[in-house]
Amino acid sequence: MQIYKSGVVTDGVKHSMNPFCEIAVEEAVKLKEKKLIKEVVAVSCGPQQAQETIRTALAMGADRGIHVEVTGKDYEHLGPLQVSKIFAALAKKEEAQLVILGKQAIDDDCNQTGQMTAALLDWPQGTFASEVTLEGDKIKVVREIDGGLETIKINTPAVVTADLRLNTPRYATLPNIMKAKKKKIANMKPADLGVDVAPRLEVLKVEEPPQREAGVKVETVEDLVARLKDTGRI
Amino acid sequence: QSTLVVAEHNNEKLTPITLNAITAAGKLGGEVSCLVAGTDCAKVAEELSKVQGVKKVLVAQHDCYKGGLPEELTPLVLATQKQFNFTHICAGASAFGKNLLPRVAAKLDVAPISDIIEIKTPDTFVRTIYAGNAVSTVKCNDPVKVFTVRGTSFEAAATDGGSAASETVATAPAVGVSEWLEQNLTKSDRPELTSAKVVVSGGRGLKSGENFKLLYDLADKLNAAVGASRAAVDAGYVPNDMQVGQTGKIVAPELYIAVGISGAIQHLAGMKDSKTIVAINKDPEAPIFQVADYGLVADLFKAVPEMTEALK
Repeated sequence: MQIYKSGVVTDGVKHSMNPFCEIAVEEAVKLKEKKLIKEVVAVSCGPQQAQETIRTALAMGADRGIHVEVTGKDYEHLGPLQVSKIFAALAKKEEAQLVILGKQAIDDDCNQTGQMTAALLDWPQGTFASEVTLEGDKIKVVREIDGGLETIKINTPAVVTADLRLNTPRYATLPNIMKAKKKKIANMKPADLGVDVAPRLEVLKVEEPPQREAGVKVETVEDLVARLKDTGRI
Repeated sequence: QSTLVVAEHNNEKLTPITLNAITAAGKLGGEVSCLVAGTDCAKVAEELSKVQGVKKVLVAQHDCYKGGLPEELTPLVLATQKQFNFTHICAGASAFGKNLLPRVAAKLDVAPISDIIEIKTPDTFVRTIYAGNAVSTVKCNDPVKVFTVRGTSFEAAATDGGSAASETVATAPAVGVSEWLEQNLTKSDRPELTSAKVVVSGGRGLKSGENFKLLYDLADKLNAAVGASRAAVDAGYVPNDMQVGQTGKIVAPELYIAVGISGAIQHLAGMKDSKTIVAINKDPEAPIFQVADYGLVADLFKAVPEMTEALK
């Protein structure tokens, strides 16, 4: 089995791995350590800096990386639909049995890529996972839902997206960081996978949200309760 | 132009966020239909037919819709869209909607729009990015628009006065690649977090799960729901379904009381649209005070019981 993770990095100064994706990598590496899967392949789409994200995954224990290079305007407009198409194409090409990703990126907060990758592959999806157990050719997933937890069982191949409580990602140790430098990262372009990255959504504007003004400091609980009563809040 | 709202329910009752999604759908103009898929959902269909703004209730009953698995619901939503030519498909931005709609969108080869807070025109939507630190207006050029709706940004549609027609839609054969096993829902007599008028939330300042009792006592006096910061959840004090924030739930109650919460950006993303915010924290420099209408610099272990007492 091969495991993928996603790490669509932001265009900011610091290109670090999305925290949910770190959890996804950790889970994949753990499954490999338990000898439940054979190989972990770390995948990231983005400019040259995406390789740093892949190196981090390699230092955590992934076996090799694939960097799908998307730069400039294409990268600026890269959305979850296009990324899903890239992941789905790679999963097929690599004959992966499991794709693990973070449940959402913390820049665009879309929470879509895993679900769409599963849809494009016609695979089942175990989203917002807080526990993943491989049971033969099925996967039991405990999911974080609004009112608590839900357990589902899905066939493999499958897509799983990591929620916060799935695990605590390890820190890469110096020897492992050194080792990771020797691991291979393949490079390709979306067109190599037959994926068109033309944007589908047009961002008309990005603004600052209305700012909240700080209110008053109250001295006592009595004062606080009185004010809340005066304003009809309680 | 017409809109399909995918209803969320447990066969007994409609989940409240569906009512917010119906209001959002109404803002698009055009007819609003609701799809109810379940194992035994006549009650929910009946409930929906009375909701204002709903023109048609489409009902699909089959054992495979147990648990609302996206693998089973997606083909149904697609078939329904095809039959009625809906131009818009939406649902609440809940765990259910977030799980299902991107799958539907990918199958239609359209880019979905998550967690919208405003509708400008039928193809232009507003949503927040970077944990609520920026507001983005996006135009969708796809033939079918698929989006999820932030419940706190749209009023709930009235649950009476409507008179929608009910129609049974054909069910697709079961896909059978996934199986729903069980749900373990946190049992609580308190109001549900995302729809409560008052929310009391605790952070790392509470120091333990046991100490959350202080908040439960206060909440019971206020008929409030109890939430938590991610720090409190990560520390294991309370379960994740109580998390308010960017990666948890978005709430916008009339009154939000933040207790022992410093006010990390990711927490503010989940509560800063609350009408009145109260912060109780012993650190006068805590960032939560910058968004609070009323700030009380105090030891929460004294202030909270005192407040509970004052409300007796």
